[in-house]
Amino acid sequence: MNEKLSYQVTVNGVAFDVDADRDANLLSLLRDQVGLTGTKQGCDDCECGACMVLVDGRPVNSCSYLAVQTGGRDVTTIEGLAEDDELHPIQQAMLDHAGVQCGFCTPGMIMSAHALLETTPKPSIEEIRIGLSGNLCRCTGYQSILNAIGSAANAAD
Amino acid sequence: MSASFLQAASVDEALAALDAGARPIAGGTDLVVGARQGKAPLPAALVAIDRLDDELGSISDNPDGSLTIGSLVNHLRLMSEPLVVERATALADGAALIGSPATRNVGTIGGNVMNASPAMDTGAALAVLGATVHLRSASGPDRILELDELWTGPGTTTARPDELCVGLSLPARPPRSGSAYLRLEYRRAMEIAVVGAAASISLSADNLVETVSIALTAVAPTILAVEGTAALAGRAVDTNLLDQVAALASEQARPIADLRASERYRRHTVGVMARRALEAAAERAQGIKLGVPVNRNKGIGVSL
Ligand SMILES: Cc1cc2nc3c(=O)[nH]c(=O)nc-3n(C[C@H](O)[C@H](O)[C@H](O)COP(=O)(O)OP(=O)(O)OC[C@H]3O[C@@H](n4cnc5c(N)ncnc54)[C@H](O)[C@@H]3O)c2cc1C
Ligand code: FES
Ligand code: FES
Repeated sequence: MNEKLSYQVTVNGVAFDVDADRDANLLSLLRDQVGLTGTKQGCDDCECGACMVLVDGRPVNSCSYLAVQTGGRDVTTIEGLAEDDELHPIQQAMLDHAGVQCGFCTPGMIMSAHALLETTPKPSIEEIRIGLSGNLCRCTGYQSILNAIGSAANAAD
Repeated sequence: MSASFLQAASVDEALAALDAGARPIAGGTDLVVGARQGKAPLPAALVAIDRLDDELGSISDNPDGSLTIGSLVNHLRLMSEPLVVERATALADGAALIGSPATRNVGTIGGNVMNASPAMDTGAALAVLGATVHLRSASGPDRILELDELWTGPGTTTARPDELCVGLSLPARPPRSGSAYLRLEYRRAMEIAVVGAAASISLSADNLVETVSIALTAVAPTILAVEGTAALAGRAVDTNLLDQVAALASEQARPIADLRASERYRRHTVGVMARRALEAAAERAQGIKLGVPVNRNKGIGVSL
């Protein structure tokens, strides 16, 4: 089914007119059409979380979500977090606590953490673990990521 | 022929699209993931029902004490909504085990029920809570089905293609009752139940059994209601009773063997899950607060 559908999606506050196959996934829309490659393709099978973005503020695995279902909605990607040259506090904490090694999981981790802190501003370690439970990391062993998210939460007032 | 994609603006519009041959998509966590894995191509015509929150997205507390849950309610809401946690605790336990926060955000109860996987995590809970499913179509009156009238096998139901699940009803709970759902899992998230069990119990003032029901996950082509529990009325919830319930569950299970577990392992562990689920349900019936999901509290996947 290759019928092209036209709709509008707001990505990081900017409206995009989209023309895409009905079955296009949100990840390919973001990377190939909008041109934002911060969102990563890991497993491409809804398992690893590298493709995590926010749709209307809530976490979504973009590899396995139909792009057309975001028509008229707000999508936030990793590129949407920093304000001008200033990193988002979660991004800064990931650097400060060595939560980043190869970096491939990092955008997804940060988007999941962002979704968690929106609803649970002062999470316990257990809540952080659950919040990040849909994100795999091959490098860090996770502890430095947990430390980073914990400290980002503590730093916020 | 209908358009290949329709974003329904109302239930009536969705029903008209189903009548013309479209298939519904809610969150797509089964449909899209399955299609991408090559299980079945996406249907030629899709009708998206994910924006029908006004009509399908609420949980209501009815005057007769029953709960109505709209088919679009997601797992995140099920596990945290006080009405569900208090009165349908097993359902909250099940929803809290599903996938990851993103899966629980996108996935809906209607999708879970209509996808009809024997490993679904809301199914055993809904079964012991006596849930009924409300189906609506453009062509006839609403149908209200018991779960055992709905599910016929892995991925198959008696719902007609033109029928939309609009929600589920859970009857009022008796006093001094409790419920729980547990699953055996090899990891703590992004997992499919190896086996699972839900229990619901109501107790007399002196803590004897009034009613018990048990249902099992991933040990038969559909969620399996355990038979023979009516005979347990009047008994105390002691080791004997728990042993007997574990034995009933293991005897009635008809599991398959696959990569994840042998037939024998599933048959044994589903009894263990049934015993622990009943223990947790009985504790809750006596007012003991056990957090959701109760898995960790009953020794599965505890942090070291
Ligand atoms: C990574 C991952 C982990 C998962 N983990 C679990 C888990 O631990 N436990 C578990 O039980 N499930 C799990 N699932 C499966 C899935 O998330 C759930 O079954 C979810 O509830 C499906 O809801 P949905 O809205 O996404 O369904 P969809 O994919 O939109 O629909 C599923 C099916 O139901 C039909 N349908 C949907 N809504 C209706 C309706 N209202 N009326 C009639 N038909 C309808 C669709 O046509 C389709 O056939 C997981 C999935 C993923 C991707
Ligand atoms: S790329 Fe989407 S979950 Fe792995
Ligand atoms: S830093 Fe390499 S995968 Fe996480």
